[in-house]
Amino acid sequence: MPGRSIARRFAISVGVVCLVLALGIGTFFFAAQAPSMDPIVPPPANSFASDLVQRGATLAAIGNCDVCHTAPGGREFAGGRALPTPFGTVYATNITPDTQSGIGTWSQAAFKRAMRSGVRRDGAYLYPAFPYDHFTLISDEDNAALYAFLMTRAAVRVTPPANELPFPLNMRPVVFGWNLLFLRTGPFRADTAHDETWNRGAYLVEGIGHCGACHTPRNFLTAEKSDRRLSGGESEGWTAYALNDASPAPVRWNAETFEHYLRFGFDQSHGTARGPMAEVANDLHAVPQQDIHAMAVYLAAQIGEAKPPSAKVEQQQAGQNRGKTSAANSADSQAAVSRAGGAPSSDEGAIIYLGACAGCHEGPRAMPFGGIDLALSSGVAGPTPTNLFNVVLYGLPAAEAVRVPVMPGFAAVMTDSQLVALARYLRAHFTDKEPWQDVEQSLRAARRSAQAAIVRSAPSVRLNPPGTAQRPQNEAQR
Amino acid sequence: MKLNVNDRQHDLDVDPRTPLLYVLRDELKLNAAKFGCGLGQCGACTVLVDGEPVFSCVTPVSLLAERKVTTLEGLGTAAEPAPIQRAFIEVQAAQCGYCIPGMMMRAHALLQKQPQASDAEIQACLEPHLCRCGTHMRILRAIRLARSLMMAAQAGDRR
Repeated sequence: MPGRSIARRFAISVGVVCLVLALGIGTFFFAAQAPSMDPIVPPPANSFASDLVQRGATLAAIGNCDVCHTAPGGREFAGGRALPTPFGTVYATNITPDTQSGIGTWSQAAFKRAMRSGVRRDGAYLYPAFPYDHFTLISDEDNAALYAFLMTRAAVRVTPPANELPFPLNMRPVVFGWNLLFLRTGPFRADTAHDETWNRGAYLVEGIGHCGACHTPRNFLTAEKSDRRLSGGESEGWTAYALNDASPAPVRWNAETFEHYLRFGFDQSHGTARGPMAEVANDLHAVPQQDIHAMAVYLAAQIGEAKPPSAKVEQQQAGQNRGKTSAANSADSQAAVSRAGGAPSSDEGAIIYLGACAGCHEGPRAMPFGGIDLALSSGVAGPTPTNLFNVVLYGLPAAEAVRVPVMPGFAAVMTDSQLVALARYLRAHFTDKEPWQDVEQSLRAARRSAQAAIVRSAPSVRLNPPGTAQRPQNEAQR
Repeated sequence: MKLNVNDRQHDLDVDPRTPLLYVLRDELKLNAAKFGCGLGQCGACTVLVDGEPVFSCVTPVSLLAERKVTTLEGLGTAAEPAPIQRAFIEVQAAQCGYCIPGMMMRAHALLQKQPQASDAEIQACLEPHLCRCGTHMRILRAIRLARSLMMAAQAGDRR
């Protein structure tokens, strides 16, 4: 009968479509696994040339490998650090040459494939919390150097915790789709429109330096927005400011100030590196000057031409000499209040600023140990008060055996409404910018991320500005 | 303005920008807290605000309207010293004595919150405090003694 044969044909068609779909999805998952590479016996440490290992050490310092791949209080490169993502927590892997829990059985080719394409030795896809979308730019020679460096570290047998990701994200084949959409494999290709230094800087910043991993905004799939590179992002509860034309710094960065900041962890007209950037500056300290210079040149090119400073900055820079030349030439809270004179303002924030902040932040002590003049601070001029709250709440901690700037935290003594009043006052008094939106919300987030903010600030910046007499004793051990 | 110090309400006529340290010493004659740097970097000025240690030299009194301030004078007297004071006297843990009140306040706050704080935790909590005379080891010994005294007192209370 006609009705039954139509129904049967329909059922067969649906069945065929389902079968094709099933085969397709199955093939997708089966294909979404790269070939496994054979394990090797780890080469002995003395089989690697020492200058290659040294080159690898420099690259690892620029790439900050130790920061992500070392747990707080853990052994170096043995992994275990929790990396929060919007989808759950990923734990950094053990990249010591241990044969069971590390990369000891990885050949150089396997290592290079991981860096170039984000694939593990056994063929599984690595999560892009590991920024292989940047490391893909690294040249074969530099990958060889990094391999030599890592394979000559101390092997540590410790397996990091398993990642905490919901289904289906805990199935690694989904990363295949992410890579299809967002990964452009390298290596780096020089831009002939620019000179060698610019290109070297571009190679380091966009490649191993992976600056964009923090300083670029991300889309809802957590991939960097390729049309908004270096427009600003965030990292673990801290704002990573824009490094392009959108930079909020009151005094525009240039190659000289970038270079000083990256080498010494502070700059006179910008302040001190803190939060995750403190760890970056810490590592960059030992990197050859010409590499830092190249990175600074490239970043200065991204940030563009200097704009004239705002009226507030000019005012403050003129007033900055006041503390140095006045008769009461001491930097402390008593001097700050007596210098201010007059009647206290009715603005609660102004009162707090004078009693708690002005002693250091308007005192005559030079940067980096004196507090920065807040008219120069990106924390006050930035798009949100997040970094300001982190610093005011938790301060800048002391570091063992090294001279660093120290700031007390005020989390115990300031209430939320007092902090909000202070933040609003600083914004209005020291900048010409629009008032912040959602100040209370930023503060609540800063209070919640207490652990991340504190852990990240230590160890703090290692500072050896030219002309200071002391060098830390443990410098020679690096 | 009103200020609650050691469980007493004071009515003060001071510039609200004035840091607590100067009000304690100049207005209230509570001289235990000391001026060491005026920058929140030496710990000599440490007092408690609602049980939390703060640097009184960078705490304008305007912040403290509804809060309870505790200084060393508020913990006990010569006749009835608090465990932390007894311990420091017994161990004779002071040379010039300048850093001591700050050290004691921070240690007292720690032991209130963590009566069984380990030796390492005691040492770590004193990180913000400087001592120029080098009496660090006696300070640590005194705090360990205070810990035992406080734990014994608690055990005694439970009997």
